Amino acid sequence: MATNGTEFESVRTVSVVRHYKLGRTLIPAVDGVSLAAGRGEFIALLGASGSGKSTLLNLIAGLDRPDSGAIVVEGSDLATMSSEQLAQYRRHTVGMVFQSFNLVPTMTLYENVELPMRFAEVKRKERRARGVEALERVGLGDRMQHRPSEMSGGEQQRAALARALVNRPKLLLADEPTGNLDSKTGKEIMDLIRELNRTLEMTVIMVTHERSLAERYANRLVFLGDGKLVGESVNELEKIGATR
Amino acid sequence: MRAYDLIELAGRNLREAGLRNSLTTLGIGVGVASLVAMLSLGIGLQKLATRQLGRSGLFDTVVVTSRQDSRGPRFAQAAPVTGQAKPLDDAARRSFEQMPNVAEVYPNFSAVGDVRLESNKSGSHFTVVGTLPQSARNSESFDDVQGSFFSANDAQEVVILSDFGRELLDLPREPRGSDLKLTQDQADQLLGKYVVLRYHKREAGESAPLSGKATKKKGESDPDDIDNGDATQAEDTQSFNLVPQQLKLKIVGIVSSEPNRGLRQGRTPVFLPLALAESLDMVQAGELWSTLRPSETKIYIALIVRVAKSKAVAQVEEDIKKQGFSTFSILDASKGITRFFTFLDLFLGIFGSLALAVASLGIVNTLVMAILERRREIGIMKALGASDGDVKRIFFFEAGSMGLLGGALGAGLGWTIGRVINFATNIYLQRQDIKPENFWVIPPWLVGAALAFSIFVSLFAGLYPASRAAKLDPVQALRHD
Repeated sequence: MATNGTEFESVRTVSVVRHYKLGRTLIPAVDGVSLAAGRGEFIALLGASGSGKSTLLNLIAGLDRPDSGAIVVEGSDLATMSSEQLAQYRRHTVGMVFQSFNLVPTMTLYENVELPMRFAEVKRKERRARGVEALERVGLGDRMQHRPSEMSGGEQQRAALARALVNRPKLLLADEPTGNLDSKTGKEIMDLIRELNRTLEMTVIMVTHERSLAERYANRLVFLGDGKLVGESVNELEKIGATR
Repeated sequence: MRAYDLIELAGRNLREAGLRNSLTTLGIGVGVASLVAMLSLGIGLQKLATRQLGRSGLFDTVVVTSRQDSRGPRFAQAAPVTGQAKPLDDAARRSFEQMPNVAEVYPNFSAVGDVRLESNKSGSHFTVVGTLPQSARNSESFDDVQGSFFSANDAQEVVILSDFGRELLDLPREPRGSDLKLTQDQADQLLGKYVVLRYHKREAGESAPLSGKATKKKGESDPDDIDNGDATQAEDTQSFNLVPQQLKLKIVGIVSSEPNRGLRQGRTPVFLPLALAESLDMVQAGELWSTLRPSETKIYIALIVRVAKSKAVAQVEEDIKKQGFSTFSILDASKGITRFFTFLDLFLGIFGSLALAVASLGIVNTLVMAILERRREIGIMKALGASDGDVKRIFFFEAGSMGLLGGALGAGLGWTIGRVINFATNIYLQRQDIKPENFWVIPPWLVGAALAFSIFVSLFAGLYPASRAAKLDPVQALRHD
């Protein structure tokens, strides 16, 4: 699935560096990472805590800017984009799923799913149809008026997935999506992500520290350590899993 | 983000922290109410003063006098006052009447006479008699008139001061300047009754009972007369008579204060309709030279020119001066009064704004608290595609909404405070036998201005929180618990 050809490339990072200041010390969160993801590829970023996985994911999401290097997503370099262009990029190109779901607690599930469409200025009539479709796709068609506090963790994460999908992004970024879920619910969520990856041909980059999960679902495993790319492997097990 | 989405999101946020936002809005309301109450008091006082002065006939009136020397036309010809002096006669009066923005022109009339009740032959009262033009019916003095204004401009009717009414009824006099009304019984004893006015009419010719013959023997010289030419001798032989007359007049109105008081010198307790007074040819007080040196045409001591709009007073005054007459108006005094009220309004506005300034700090506090509470939500919104501008607009809109609601609440509250204080003050005034007044006036523009000012102050207060929210780092915000 991995490809070097830019025509089939969804994401490419070139020597990306991101340092954080801690007092007078510079902490290299991401230190010269170069990585490429082809369209429709499912990549798992693995590494210990503090290895720079989430920082790299935030950089690809356009939530943060690199100190140096380039991040090219669907042909556009994020490092050269203005703040407004980055917001537009997050609206239309990227969908994000977080470990702690990050649903707005005061909104119903439907309102949460509708939120990214408000920023993308989708017309009200179309919003309704797309919101309902996204919630039905994740099996929450009958829970639209519930608030997140009334839902289980798995249901909340499914709602977060529906919200990430509703603007039809080309890239899904998931930061420890099963981190707050039990194994059974985690598997359900991962199955859903893989299904979306395959049916919608959506590129998925997932941060996880569970190697078994990565091996089960990802096409490729990328290992980070101390902010550097320390290894990469094509997942043969996933191919087997895919046929199961 | 579309406008309706902005409104919905901001409205939802305001509802979520309902109590805190309501209290902040109430704070703005109190601030605006204080501002509205202060300014409406200033406006009310200004209107009251302007109305009182305006109805006194001072602000729309120009007094015109001749530039001729007071010792007579002939003396003035010999030693003219600067500028072209013209006689203040009927021709001048007509020319004033035809000027743009002039409502009416009438003589400043002041005669003396004896007045007594027709039924009381012994008790006559020597008094000054004035006149009132038709426009005087709008004078404040007629607000609480006992009886009515003249039925016609030449009706044989009289309006008297309540003070003079007491004299006619032989009642003890109130302290001078007292505006105390007559009781209904006292008024009933006068209204509809007749008085007899005895006055002196100026008449050309000789052999009148009270002859004021002013002839000089040929060759005699007058030390004050600098012109001893032949033409003068012909004029010197003119004579006149002061013929005593009497006229029965019906008392139609009793007023407690003098109408158009500001234009007269001394106290005038008896008023005749203007046209009637002019037809009587009464000898007027201060008409010395015209009495001693009568002319063929009627010469006025002074004419009152009433201007339709007080704004046009300066122009009318200027036009009259160009015609060669002296003028007087209290335009400058009115400018001073306007300046005084501008400063008063400014002072009251600043005082009232203090509460609004404190309330605006409440907005800053509420929104900064909201940022802290909604830090994660802001991070989520940014992760989902909200731009810095979208976040800023949401907070800005929340601030503006609080300003709008607070402004509306404050305008209502200010109006209510004004009405309540007006009501309470008027109860007190009525107990003191003083006419009720509107001290608090809230014109529609003040409501609009208060709303606009409240929104402006709120938006200004929302600047810092909105900018702070927009600048939040989404990565940090998403990590926030």
